[in-house]
Parts: sequence; C-alpha cells; structure tokens
Amino acid sequence: MRGATILAGSLALAVAGAPAAAGANDDGAYETLPAATFRTSLRYEDAPTSPVATFAMMRTPVTNAQFLAFVEAHPQWRRDRVPRSLADARYLAHWDSANTLADPAQSTQPATQVSWFAASAYCEAEGARLPTWIEWEYAAAADDRRHDARDDPTWRERILAWYARPSSQALPGVGAGTANAFGIHDLHGLVWEWTDDFSSLLVSEDNRNQGDADTARFCGAGALSMDDRENYAVLMRVAMLSSLQASGTTRNLGFRCARSSR
Amino acid sequence: MRTIIRSGLLVVLLLVASLATAPDLHAASPLPAESVYHLPLVLTDQDGHAADWRAHRGKVQVVSMFYTSCAYICPLIVDSGKAIERALDAPMRERLGILLISMDPARDHPAALATVLRERKLDPLHWSLAAPQAKDVRAVAGILGIRYRELADGAFNHSSALVLLDAEGRILARTEQVGSVADPGFIDAVRGALAH
Repeated sequence: MRGATILAGSLALAVAGAPAAAGANDDGAYETLPAATFRTSLRYEDAPTSPVATFAMMRTPVTNAQFLAFVEAHPQWRRDRVPRSLADARYLAHWDSANTLADPAQSTQPATQVSWFAASAYCEAEGARLPTWIEWEYAAAADDRRHDARDDPTWRERILAWYARPSSQALPGVGAGTANAFGIHDLHGLVWEWTDDFSSLLVSEDNRNQGDADTARFCGAGALSMDDRENYAVLMRVAMLSSLQASGTTRNLGFRCARSSR
Repeated sequence: MRTIIRSGLLVVLLLVASLATAPDLHAASPLPAESVYHLPLVLTDQDGHAADWRAHRGKVQVVSMFYTSCAYICPLIVDSGKAIERALDAPMRERLGILLISMDPARDHPAALATVLRERKLDPLHWSLAAPQAKDVRAVAGILGIRYRELADGAFNHSSALVLLDAEGRILARTEQVGSVADPGFIDAVRGALAH
C-alpha cells in the first residue's frame, strides 16, 4: 500500500476504495508486494525455492491508450518505423494506423501484439522493467483473499475456465475484475504477459549437442519440469512463453511493468 | 614555413576528423529492417576495447553466446568456430568474423576473455570474444534467439546456437549443432554469404 501511495498519490481514493471499482482511472499505478521465499511450481534442481525481494508491480496490464502515448513520445516504436528484428509484422497491427487506435473500446483494453523488446522499452521509459518470471508467478499465486491459493482446486478451476474461453472474443478492459490479495488485477483471465526473463524458461528440447550423454545430462538438469502438475495455469504460461521469440507478438500477449524496491 | 606548419596541422585535423567519422560511413546507409544491429549493444572485447557491436557491420559474422567458466558446452562452441574456419579456403577465412558474446559479464572481464583466446589459439584478427553490459544480456540473447538461465551455483543453463549474420546484420542461418563436426548445411550458408 505504501508503494502505491508514493507512486500514485493522486490515486489514493482508488487504493483506499473498493478494489472492484478500480478501473481505467488508475491505469499505470503500482502496488508493492512484500519480500518472500516463494516455492515456484517449476522444478529447478538447483533452487526449489526462490527469494523474492520487495518489488512493485503495475496493478493492471498496460493499455492500448498508454502504449499509444509511449509510441507518440518514442516514435521509433511506431509500427511503421520499428525494425523487423525488434518486432514482427503483427506488431500493433490491430490499431487503425501507426498512431490511431481502432475504436474507443481499445483504449482501456490491454495492449497486445507487442514484442518483448517493445514492452521492455516501455517499462524502461518509465524507470521500470518487466517483472521476472518468479515475481509474476508469486503475484499470480494469490486469489482475492490469500497470497498463495495454488492448492485450492476451486481457484484452479476458475482459472482453467478462462483458458476454455475462445480467444476470438473481444478483450475486456483492464481492471474490471476483483483485485487479488496483493491488490493486483488481471493476472489471470485477461491476457498472457511477458516477463523479463521469459527466455530463461528452458524446455529440454532447447539443449542439443552431439550425443555426449554427460553433457546432455548436465543440460537436462537445469531444464525445467513441473513440480506441481496440477497447476495448469502456470504450465500453460510456461509452454507459451518458452515458445516465443523476443521479437514475437500475439493477439493475447500483453505486459505490465515492475520496479525493484529502492 | 608557418604556412607549411599550418597546412600540416590542417591535414592532421582533417585526418582526426575523418577517423572520428569513419564508423559513420556505414551509418550513412540505413540498416535493413531485419538487422540485429538495430539493437544498441556496447561490447567490451578481450583487449578491453568497448564499442557498439555495429563495429562488426561490413563483415560476415558467425555469432554465438558463451561464458568463460563453462566447462562443457562452451568449449564446443569454440570448436564449432574452428571447424567452420577449417572448412573454408584461405580467402574466405579472411573475410569471416567470429564473435562470441559472454552471458556472464560479471566474471568475463577482458583478462578472462583474453585467456580463452590465448589458450584456444584463436586469431584475434578474426575472433572477437566480448562481454555486454549486464543489463543487455537478455536483449542480445533475445535477438539471437538464445535462451539461458543462471543457476544457483553461478553456472548457466543455455541453448547453444551459432548464428550467421550477413555484413548488414541480417540472420542468414542458424544451427544448434555445436562441436568439432560442423553442420554441413550451416557451412554451405557461410560459404554462400562469403561468396558475395
């Protein structure tokens, strides 16, 4: 709460008020999450639990309106100027033009079809960064009452219901649902999100060599597997993020920024 | 006499000016949209020389990522570069640059990079071993399509790819077959790039 007050003092009302009412008017506000030792659902032989330092995370994903403001301030990220090596051909293709949204509803929808490079540049421009995977997983483990609701089958089913929904439907605006126990919205049920270290999610096929069994085992030991096979929400995120190139974009992939605690 | 000194000074000044602007000769022609050199990236090489990686523009490059304290895969990456050189005739070998970028800038200072260069007998005219700034490692890995994770003991788990760049920094080919047996398809691509 302290972080949100400092970073978005003018939004004190939204912070103090009902979380469900928090909507487009507090776009860009950050919420501070406490330090913790987090048990990731990924199985890493070298580190089963990970320390997470205190950090702040955007309450909602970055919207098209916010991303448009960024593109206007940093025109090298316009879709007609961005190098193809930093953003693929679908980058912002859902907008009407390089600096016009397609319709008013888009302004509160999460910005999607942005590459990792573009998302990183957005966060850097506001003195922030993309969250790490472990920060994202930690924030996303919460339901509206508990910081870690991952063992609750009912909560898991609610998340899975989102994955069952056809992705052809128009995206809702950000911040529509209830905030989780950390005060963060939309970690589930809206879009996929970039993490800074998305390319650290190594699946074993990524490590190939010339048939040296010792080397193969070494690489396999560091590759991830799931420690928590029931946690499909995390499994699907990992599968999706591990398949992406940094210049890649998809219709359902957005982002939010984070800041390390000072 | 004074005029001669003056004009001599002028020549020196012009020389300095032309040296200072030499890297900009390339900048005069815009990079192609697909070029990886759009990513700003300062690299510090085995001699402690720091420059944007656009300094490699103008020459076909085989690029990979490694780290010097790596005992298993990374020596194979050096072997790969050597295998490619062996597969080329002398004129082609002269025209190829091999750039190995560290994913461990905290430890891979110029001295560590220079040690690898010396111990593996790599020709500094053709090989550059260099470390980015810590904040840029994820981005350069991203643009080269290399994935990595730092392990708790300071080692890295990483995918091993060799990436072929044309003189303008466009990715022409890549292979994940590393070691002293070169990937024939990749060698063909290197020869093709150097034939122009």
